[in-house]
Amino acid sequence: MTKAVTDVICPFCGTLCDDLEVMVSDDGKKILEVYNACAIGAEKFLHSQSKDRVTRPRMQQADGTYKEVSYDEAVEYTAQMLTSSKKPLMYGWSSTSCEAQSMGYEVAETVGAILDNTATVCHGSSLIAIQDVGIPSCTLGEVKNRADTVIFWGCNPSHAHPRHMSRYSIFPRGMFMGKGQKSRKMIVVDPRNTDTAKMADVHLQLEQGRDYELLSALRVAIRGEPLPDVVAGISKEKIYEAANLMKEARFGIIFFGMGVTQTLGKNHNIDIAIMLTKDLNEYTKFSIIAMRGHYNVTGSGAVMGWQFGFPFATDLSRGFARYNPGETTSNDLLRRDEVDSVFVIGSDPGAHFPISSVKKISRLPSVAVDPHITPTTEVCKLHVPVAFVGVEVGGCCYRMDNVPIESRKVVEPPEGMLTDTEFLTKVRDRVNQIKGV
Amino acid sequence: MISLNLISGRTIQQGVAMEAGKEKPAYTDACGIIEMDPSDFKKLGAWRNTNVRVTSPYGTVVVKAIEATQGPHPGLGWIPMGPWANAIVDPNTYSTGMPTFKGVPITVEVAMNEPILGSIELVQKLCRGE
Repeated sequence: MTKAVTDVICPFCGTLCDDLEVMVSDDGKKILEVYNACAIGAEKFLHSQSKDRVTRPRMQQADGTYKEVSYDEAVEYTAQMLTSSKKPLMYGWSSTSCEAQSMGYEVAETVGAILDNTATVCHGSSLIAIQDVGIPSCTLGEVKNRADTVIFWGCNPSHAHPRHMSRYSIFPRGMFMGKGQKSRKMIVVDPRNTDTAKMADVHLQLEQGRDYELLSALRVAIRGEPLPDVVAGISKEKIYEAANLMKEARFGIIFFGMGVTQTLGKNHNIDIAIMLTKDLNEYTKFSIIAMRGHYNVTGSGAVMGWQFGFPFATDLSRGFARYNPGETTSNDLLRRDEVDSVFVIGSDPGAHFPISSVKKISRLPSVAVDPHITPTTEVCKLHVPVAFVGVEVGGCCYRMDNVPIESRKVVEPPEGMLTDTEFLTKVRDRVNQIKGV
Repeated sequence: MISLNLISGRTIQQGVAMEAGKEKPAYTDACGIIEMDPSDFKKLGAWRNTNVRVTSPYGTVVVKAIEATQGPHPGLGWIPMGPWANAIVDPNTYSTGMPTFKGVPITVEVAMNEPILGSIELVQKLCRGE
């Protein structure tokens, strides 16, 4: 016999779908089938069951091979590394629960570490812009029920947030959007003709890296001022058409992604996108939401925010919280050799940082806490596998619109395996012991 | 040899392969590629599915050239996010903390006989400075 676990939260992207159904074996140990999830979410649940999964910590040897060690030895190595470092970097946090984040941040405060999360290579620029100009935002529920004009700027939800459009932004029938997709207008801004752009009513295929110009042109067009014939590779007629669509909206929403945060201009691109939203509120109701990537990157910023006051790049090495993106951000610290050990949890800088930063991690004392084998775990000195949050242990997660959702445990983790929170609690206790706190 | 402007980002294949295990060959198939416009293939004088060497001011990597799946985008190269893209992206953050992952000037040349490395092998090799 099998049993179904319903209303399961998907721990993949920031959409945090909460309607998954997972079939598990009678003894509650094995996942047999996943329903309602996208291809990526389903793969995440099923991969947790793979036979070749690492279930015990591994220490890298001088010849590059790995030796299995106990969790106690792993705790000892981690605690010693953190307490003996002058300025450790504790990076990641986005693929774990708020409970684990809070515990880890406590350790960081005790040892005087620099805390940074994956926003540093994702929506860090957006966070800087939000601090500069604020953000008029809303929840995805409001988008579903009210938004009749949806703009995807520099993001491709068909690939990166596969169920975003079907659950919230384009297809669902909402309270005032009775006809679903037919009641909504869709504008996509992307230098490629992406699968999202192919569905759009208006696709502005701008020249790569000219987002600031185009956003600025839209602000001009909305005020009815004259434009040059072509801006960012788009004809002025098309820009006026898009501007009119936006002004005619009853409730508009801009979703933006890596296309604006990672290109040159960075926070200034977001800055002007928010100002465009502000301008549009002179005519109608408009909101803007960042398409957050990891399922709990929003939560890691929220937890860091309420513990220390800053959403990422928090330097605790002086005994108080400092924040200065460009100085206290992971890639800058690594490239300038300003940290002397690295602790990674719930993310994979080995695959997703520029190689010059990864090279620096590989030369430092380092610990990677991750259920998977990744390029990070293979360049770090110690790999600590843990239970999958949202699959083998529950915990609080924040959706991209800052709505906290409690994730659910579906199956038991492999025997003897620790969760993130359990491992970090042990590290905290040992660190406190060493420090005599 | 041709010059292109490189951007990177997510694809659904990248997401699925990543969750299935970055040490597996499927991850290399999903991310060890560069998507190019048909007109750029013509300029390069290369067949589809040929190995190419992609070089930027920040590094060099061998990937497989495939035809753009979300094109047309002449002059633009696309490598899905992952170690292959990150071997050549611009690490400068310009005081924002954010490396410049999109908009990197690259050159592409045919490298028929050079192998495409798996993710772990590639990162370990580059970390050793090879």
